[in-house]
Amino acid sequence: MGTMSVVGKTLALDADGHLANRADWNEDLAREIAAQEGIPLLTPQHWAVINYMRTIFEKEGDAPSIRRLTKESGVDTKTLYQLFPKGPAKRASKIAGLPKPKGCI
Amino acid sequence: MRHLLILGGGTAGTMMANKLAPVLDEQEWQMTIVDISEKHYYQPGFLFVPFGTYSLRDTVKPRRQYLPAGVKVVISGIDHIEPGRKEVVLSDLSTLKYDYLIIATGADIHPEQTEGLLDEEWGKSKFDFYTPRGTERLGQFLKGWQGGKLVVSITEMPIKCPVAPLEFLFLADAYFTKRGMRDKVDLHLVTPLSGAFTKPKASQVLGDFLERKKITVTPDFGLARVDSKEKKLVAWDDTEVGYDLLVSVPTNMGDACIERSGLGNELNFVPTDKETLLADGLENVFVIGDATNLPSSKAGSVTHFQSEILFENFLEHIEGRPMTARFDGHANCFIESGFGKGLLIDFNYLTEPLPGEFPLPGVGPFSLLKESSINHYGKLMFRWTYWNLLLRGIELPIGSAMSMAGKRA
Repeated sequence: MGTMSVVGKTLALDADGHLANRADWNEDLAREIAAQEGIPLLTPQHWAVINYMRTIFEKEGDAPSIRRLTKESGVDTKTLYQLFPKGPAKRASKIAGLPKPKGCI
Repeated sequence: MRHLLILGGGTAGTMMANKLAPVLDEQEWQMTIVDISEKHYYQPGFLFVPFGTYSLRDTVKPRRQYLPAGVKVVISGIDHIEPGRKEVVLSDLSTLKYDYLIIATGADIHPEQTEGLLDEEWGKSKFDFYTPRGTERLGQFLKGWQGGKLVVSITEMPIKCPVAPLEFLFLADAYFTKRGMRDKVDLHLVTPLSGAFTKPKASQVLGDFLERKKITVTPDFGLARVDSKEKKLVAWDDTEVGYDLLVSVPTNMGDACIERSGLGNELNFVPTDKETLLADGLENVFVIGDATNLPSSKAGSVTHFQSEILFENFLEHIEGRPMTARFDGHANCFIESGFGKGLLIDFNYLTEPLPGEFPLPGVGPFSLLKESSINHYGKLMFRWTYWNLLLRGIELPIGSAMSMAGKRA
């Protein structure tokens, strides 16, 4: 298991490279992780997806799949891939400070 | 008289019927099982059909032959479940009442979910190996194939037996080598995952295997559509992978009766308590096997471990006692790696596949996450085990809870 360093703080990561402790997460950290993932700017549309994922996780203990994101977040699949290239569910959950969706089994 | 109704007579439904029949008093219980077909397929066998190791005949037996005496068998489609009225409506709109329901309706492939996948080229240059017809047609095609670029494409997770696409490629590598035409075949894996497998350590080991066998991997590929004319896969971000022969692993979904009942998630899998196997929010309804939304692999071994948990919980539940058995997500998968060898992985919700020996530390006989001949025989022997022990509910010498014994972290 690795760690990441942000502004003088060392944060624990899980085996998938996502934040190990959800309590470490805040919006500035989300911007930091996004930048490391090659997304320099988080737009309102990014935030809509991130917040939707966090809401579902709070309620159900797992982040939603891409299929469910498309169905329920109002953002279509093509746009999701533009917002979070190469795997919207994985990327968005990482930026949202959540574990990788368990649906990816 | 209390009525237990089991929907689906596949691996999960058959095992539950065989485990429960001897312990539920016949004077007090009526058990009914519903399935759409008289045929029971050994699904792990489908993988071997394209390469001529098994014929389709080797994978099928009469369903009733594996169900216990005394259980009423209804061969019918299922229209929907009405949990409020505790009844199930069949395709002819007749109804079956239940006091307890076990949903074991499985998962199936849905090529129609991907634009351009299911068209006139389906069965000609595009195949699946998850259905009897698909795997048989692919076998016929391969016999006459002169070579080119063979792409195995995973559309979307979860899929039944997540190692099967890798096994297909390993077996294809051996098959074309034996036919003396490996140099005429490009083998590719195109996957939405970031690597060869879903769990990091196994992904690395299996990734090395693919590389050694000269199988190219295109990871993080979100398949948007298939262009049959140009013979290419197109991703949501417009990247493309061409093919001559497409072996597709289409979107897997739960049964349509689950959708008609309004009980499923976005893929018609039933939300299920991941430890007790009780359906979320439904009274006296259990779910087992591929039909669940559990974060465990969709595979026969997983269903087998679930059946032991469900058996205990069911007996406690009908007596009004609290359920004490807890499913831990245990999976145990043989992975064919070709040339008479295989690997074995053993894992659960929390512990990813690790190297070591199985089931006895230091002894084996099976080695974990490492290639060996005995692992291959384990896989071939499993067909016998399936029909003669597993389906009949006879205990196997592997516990339902995963053990750390023999594993090296």
